[in-house]
Amino acid sequence: MEPAVPTSPADYDVAVLGAGPAGLAASVAAASAGARVALVDAGARAGGQYWRHRPGDAGRGQHDWARFQRFRAALETGGTDHFAGHSIWHVERTSDGFATHTTDGEANRVVESRTVVVATGAYDRQLPFPGWTLPGVFTAGGVQALLKGHGVLAGKRIAVAGTGPFLPAVAAGLLTAGADVVGVFEAGSPLNFARHPFAVARNVAKVREGARYFRTLLRHRVPYLTRATVVAAHGDGAVAGVTVAKLDSAWRVVPGTSRDLACDAVAVGYGFTPQVEIPLQLGCATRLDADGSLVTIVDDRQRGTVEGVFVAGEACGVGGAALSVTEGEIAGLYAAHATIPRQRLRHLTRRRDAQRAFAAAMHQAFPLGPQWTSWMDSETTVCRCEEVAAGEIIYAVRDLGAIDARSVKLYARPGMGLCQGRVCGFATSGLVARHAGRAVTADDLCGIAKRPIAQPLTLGALADTMEEE
Amino acid sequence: MSFEFTFDGHVVSAEPGQSIAAALIAHGRRTWRRTRTGAPRGVFCGIGVCFDCLVTVNGRPNRRACLIEVTEGDRVETQDGAGRADLAC
Repeated sequence: MEPAVPTSPADYDVAVLGAGPAGLAASVAAASAGARVALVDAGARAGGQYWRHRPGDAGRGQHDWARFQRFRAALETGGTDHFAGHSIWHVERTSDGFATHTTDGEANRVVESRTVVVATGAYDRQLPFPGWTLPGVFTAGGVQALLKGHGVLAGKRIAVAGTGPFLPAVAAGLLTAGADVVGVFEAGSPLNFARHPFAVARNVAKVREGARYFRTLLRHRVPYLTRATVVAAHGDGAVAGVTVAKLDSAWRVVPGTSRDLACDAVAVGYGFTPQVEIPLQLGCATRLDADGSLVTIVDDRQRGTVEGVFVAGEACGVGGAALSVTEGEIAGLYAAHATIPRQRLRHLTRRRDAQRAFAAAMHQAFPLGPQWTSWMDSETTVCRCEEVAAGEIIYAVRDLGAIDARSVKLYARPGMGLCQGRVCGFATSGLVARHAGRAVTADDLCGIAKRPIAQPLTLGALADTMEEE
Repeated sequence: MSFEFTFDGHVVSAEPGQSIAAALIAHGRRTWRRTRTGAPRGVFCGIGVCFDCLVTVNGRPNRRACLIEVTEGDRVETQDGAGRADLAC
C-alpha cells in the first residue's frame, strides 16, 4: 500500500474521533497504510464502552478481548498519537482539512488533520417511566460500565429491562460477577428474529454469543420474560422496588398484570442512540434508520456527504462491535488514501454486508412499540436536567400549538439542560409527534441532536480558544 | 493497592482506576446530588452523557463523578442543583 503523501501543513493525515471498536480499527488501518494518525478520545484508556476496562485488566468478562489487545499493541507500535482524556467539543473545516477542538478539563487542544474518521459510538436509548429519575435506576450501559470499567456492582438485586440483545448480555455479566438478577424484562417479542434465517446463518458467532448469555441466565434460574417491562420504579430517595407489567403488541400495559418486585437497582435500555453531533456540525446528511435512530449517511467507502469526513460504527447505524470494527477498517484505509488490494476489499465489503444484514434483522426483531408513551402520567419527568414533566410537553403541543420538538423545547425547556437533550431527545420527539398526530421524522431528531458545542465548557476556556485564533 | 479520599468529610477507600461514582457506589452510597427542586440524584448513564452525577471535586463544581478517576486525597463534596452562580468557577 502507498503511504499517504502529506501535502498540507496539517499535523496529521487522519484524525480518528473515538477509541472504541470502530475508532481503534480505523486508527490501526490508517497507520498501517502509512498515515500520520491522531486518535482522540474522552476516555482515560482506549477501548470505548465496549472494551471499557480497568488499568492492568486481564480481560475477564470481556468479549473478543484478544482483538482489543492486538489493536492496543498496534496502536503502541504504529506511531499513532493517542490523545486520551480529551473530550471533543467542536470539529470544523479548515482550508486544508479539519480542526478538532478538544478539552481535557483544564486546557484546550486543537488537532489538525486532512481527513477525519468519526467513530463516536452510541449510548443507551431511554423511554421515561414514573420513578426513572430515582437513584438506583441506571442505564443498562451504565451498569455494564460500572462493572467492566470499575469492578463495581450497581446493586445487590437488579432488574434488567428494556429491549434488545444487549439486555441478556448485561444480565449475564451481572450474574457472573455475583449479583442477584430478579429478572430480564424484554418489552418486545424477539422470536421474530427466526424470520431472518439468512442473516442468522451468516453471523454464527453472534448467535453463539447470544446463546451463551441465555445459558448463563438459565443456570442462575433468572426469568427472561418477553412482552413485559418495568413500568415504574419506587422508593423513598432511592430505588426499593419496581412495578413490572405485561405489554400488548403496541406496548400498552395489559390490565391486571402489574406486580411489584423488590430490588435496589434497575438497568434499563431501549436500544441505542448514535452520537451524531460531529457529523451534524460538519454538515453531513443524516437519515432515520430502521431502529428509529438518526444516523449519518455513508457510501461504500464509509464517506459522509462532506468531503474528507468518514464515519464508522454506530454513528452511521447501530450494529454492534463486530460491524464497527469492519467499518472502522474500511474508513481508516480510505481516510488514509490507501490503495486497498482487491481481495482484502472484497473480503471487508462482504463481511460488512453480512454484519449489516444481521443488524437490520435485529432492528426488525426489536422494534419499539408505539404505546410506550402510555406508561407515563402527566407528572412523569421526561427531561431529567430541566425537570420537565410529560404534562408540560403535552400542554405545549395541545394548547400552545407547538408541532415539533424544537418549538416544544423553546416553550417547555426539555433538552435545554446540561445533557443538551441527549437523554430525553428521543422521548421528547416521540411524545411531541404522538400528540401532534404524526410519526417521528429525521428532522425532529436532527433538530434536537444539533449541538454546536458538544461538551460543557467554561466561558474562560472558550475565551482562551478565541485568543489563540 | 487501595487508597483513600474524602466525601463530604468522610474517608472513603477506592481502587486505582475507579471513578468517584464507582467508589461511592461500592460503599453503598447511591444518592449525592439534589436538583433545583430537591429531587435526589446519583448515577444514571455512568458514561458521561447525562450529567446527573455532578459533584464538586477539590473545590471545582459540576464535575461528572462517573468520568473522573478518583486520586488519593481528593476532596469530593455533594452539590445542590447544577451550575449555580455561587458554584461557578
